[in-house]
Amino acid sequence: MRAAEFAVIGAGPAGMAAAIRAAELGLDTILIDDQRAPGGQIYRAVERAGADSPLGPDYLAGRELVAALRASAVEYRPATSLWHLDPEGRLFLAAGERCEVVSARRVLLATGAIERPVPIPGWTLPGVMTVGAAQTLLKTADLVPTGRVVLAGQGPLLYLAASQLVRAAAPPGLILDTTAPADYRRCLSALRRGRPRPRMLLAGLAAIAAIKRAGIQVRHGVRGLRALGAGALERVAWEGGETGADHLFVHQGLIPNLQISLALQLRHEWNDDQLCWQPVLDPWGQTSLPGIAVAGDGGRILGAAAARLSGELAALDAAMMLGRITGPDRDRQAEPIRAALGREQALRGFLDRLYRPAPAILAPAEDDTIVCRCENVSAGAIRRAVRQGAPGPNQVKAFTRCGMGPCQGRICAGVVAALIAESLGRSPGQIELWRPRAPYKPITVAALANLAVAE
Amino acid sequence: MFRPRSEAAPATVTVSVEGRRVRVAAGASAAAAVLAAGLDDIRETATGSRRAPYCMIGVCWECLAEIDGVPSRQSCMVEVAEGMTIRRQIGPRRVDVAPIRR
Amino acid sequence: MDRCDTIVIGGGLVGAAIAYGLVRAGLDTVMLDEGDVAFRAARGNFGLVWVQSKGEGAPHYQRWTRLSADEWPILAAELEDQTGIAVGHRRPGGLHLCLGAEEFAQRRQRMERMRREAGNFGFDYRMLGPGEVAELLPGIGPEVSGASWTPYDGHANPLALLRALHQGFAAKGGRYLGNTTVSEVTAAPADFRVAIAGGEIAAAKVVLAAGLGNAALAPRFGLSAPVRPQRGQILVTERAAPVLPLPTTTIRQTEEGTIMLGDSMEDVGFDTGQAPAVMAAIARRAAASLPWLGGLNIVRGWAALRVIPPDGLPIYDQSEQFRGAFVANCHSGVTLAAAHANRLAPMIAAGALDASLALFSGRRFDVPAAV
Repeated sequence: MRAAEFAVIGAGPAGMAAAIRAAELGLDTILIDDQRAPGGQIYRAVERAGADSPLGPDYLAGRELVAALRASAVEYRPATSLWHLDPEGRLFLAAGERCEVVSARRVLLATGAIERPVPIPGWTLPGVMTVGAAQTLLKTADLVPTGRVVLAGQGPLLYLAASQLVRAAAPPGLILDTTAPADYRRCLSALRRGRPRPRMLLAGLAAIAAIKRAGIQVRHGVRGLRALGAGALERVAWEGGETGADHLFVHQGLIPNLQISLALQLRHEWNDDQLCWQPVLDPWGQTSLPGIAVAGDGGRILGAAAARLSGELAALDAAMMLGRITGPDRDRQAEPIRAALGREQALRGFLDRLYRPAPAILAPAEDDTIVCRCENVSAGAIRRAVRQGAPGPNQVKAFTRCGMGPCQGRICAGVVAALIAESLGRSPGQIELWRPRAPYKPITVAALANLAVAE
Repeated sequence: MFRPRSEAAPATVTVSVEGRRVRVAAGASAAAAVLAAGLDDIRETATGSRRAPYCMIGVCWECLAEIDGVPSRQSCMVEVAEGMTIRRQIGPRRVDVAPIRR
Repeated sequence: MDRCDTIVIGGGLVGAAIAYGLVRAGLDTVMLDEGDVAFRAARGNFGLVWVQSKGEGAPHYQRWTRLSADEWPILAAELEDQTGIAVGHRRPGGLHLCLGAEEFAQRRQRMERMRREAGNFGFDYRMLGPGEVAELLPGIGPEVSGASWTPYDGHANPLALLRALHQGFAAKGGRYLGNTTVSEVTAAPADFRVAIAGGEIAAAKVVLAAGLGNAALAPRFGLSAPVRPQRGQILVTERAAPVLPLPTTTIRQTEEGTIMLGDSMEDVGFDTGQAPAVMAAIARRAAASLPWLGGLNIVRGWAALRVIPPDGLPIYDQSEQFRGAFVANCHSGVTLAAAHANRLAPMIAAGALDASLALFSGRRFDVPAAV
């Protein structure tokens, strides 16, 4: 059995930075990535990108990090899924039909973020995708959407993606911004309190300017968003308006990818600013389970720059725990990293206040709206289950099949929790956490059968 | 529909989507090939609901397709290869009870 | 203080079936249940309504099981009628697959022993060779040496069953208190007080159906329920086109099309963690039985704790010290649901268990005092 010292799960900015730093500190490091190439989401396919990429300089900056990973002593395992991690640090991996066990003395989960699912009526229609999906198509396949393209939602990514499409000579026809007027007022107060980095603000303003220049129509304060069509998307409607559409790309911010941290039953806490759960972490990313740490957006949504920094902190901590560096050494090396991280965190409060999703996004108002896409379970069915006594998401799952499909609750769990909270008149933070189990990602019967008995 | 961004195409790969030949950028996913082929949807669920890829990053599991004869592949996670055959997945996963012995 | 006729402690398959039978018999019943995160064997169930392997060496258990399996369709129809929930019961007979010659020989011996023990009650089984099994199940593997088959076996959706029982219970006026822990009990003949957060409930009858929780609860009512946990793990595949017409003890296809794979029997205390080695063993046996399962994606897995009395047989008992207190434990909450609702509940309603259940009393575990 391969016995590593430090295992990192996820090859986005946090995972890469952690692995590179750990290898530099002399740790035998293995990096497990279920994607085919390093970069995570934000730097997806960056190795193949041309200098003229419409994704822009912030995206291309990831090339350096990926190159550093390739050049390092890190053992990089692409297209490999972690399907079980036991508390003793044994990682159960699957790559195609092959199953393998690897042990590690310290594990870092750097599984990043996923887009918050946007359960509007009609969201399961072909033609409705996330904004991230549009970016992925651009990055990996150099494809742009044609026809009538609508972007809808809120958050920095919405305008960034729109400006990238403009640069790709495929500007969307309409942007529906769901930010509520009250949020603008709240964010101004946060602006006065914090000191957001000028570069980030300028980037945001530049995106907005590009959109204006391209003549894209933008509507603000949009409510009641819905997708309409028979069998595929035909129209997008909102309170007070509608338009024909061939593509609707939605975005309501990012939430940490908690599948593994929840399966391990780590302690989590509710973040009421970002309206999501996150693992409880110490300043080095250490979780409630010794030897397991979290870095990057999988712990806190703070963006790529912060992810790299938290990855490095986790690597330093691991090196100290494994006796490679002393405590004071670790703290000394961490100082500049913490300072930089502090600056990244300053902008976050502003963005969180500005882009806090509306309750209707979290818990769809209309009972007909599908919540569990895999099993076709509606919001009404979930509300009914709660009325009939299901006290939490695990029992709702047992009663409705919500969460029993191949996505294993990744898409629906947050929405279910919000619906339960709404039905019981509580905050989502007061609802029991759902409990994913192994396999953390689907694997075939044959792959599992191949697991060598003598591990 | 989706179209290639640039005419000066980078390296491309030719695959077959529902029997139709489609050329996509090397490194693209099978799901991207399906979208490039102009298909409205990629599958029908067990209960007859038509679906297309939603997230494209391996989280939503909507992009299930039959790739090179193997059903239920997460097509956004599979990189295209020359000659790959991609077909829509209709209904619950088809089971082949007499697989070819290797 | 809240008053009712009967308090049922436990809202899993055993508690819910008994509670349903009690309200159906006209008793004002309160069912107390745990919260969302609970051991709840009911949520870990494989879904077999199984007869063929029950009660070797204990023919009374085989008879009780068969009686329940025979009445199952009636209960299922009644629940669907009442609640609109279809529990998906099918009874096409069942197979226990054997791999290798030795397993087949042992299984045959076991079936034969059960037939002998059944006496006039009868036990209809057949040992099938691989060719006959191949006619029933598509694509069996070369290691399959045969199977035992009986016409008594079937399967259902255990989660739908639990939901239907809960809804049926509520529809008939039963009161359900979930998210509840019993903090204190006071027992006197035909006078029981149970304290929960938010108050006290009093009743002339109490039924202990708290699964593993019965072990600690029973002595307070002058009863004994020395149950222990036994872990079982299950894997579930993606939805597949209908392909398996019959359930087997470790492989069955549900109505939704998913295929369930089991099982294991692990002595690990109260640990509901999963063990990859066990998961792999389940996958291996499944793939050896039906090689085409290999290509299917496993989408879910879990581990749950069965409630196992010392000899594996149910415990049904009434307290001598405190008249009106009853206890019920078993590891086959699905299979015995009909017996619990249709036979056991009426006995409890009438105030005394039939003599026919005497062999299930917990007193069978008492060590006889040395003379």
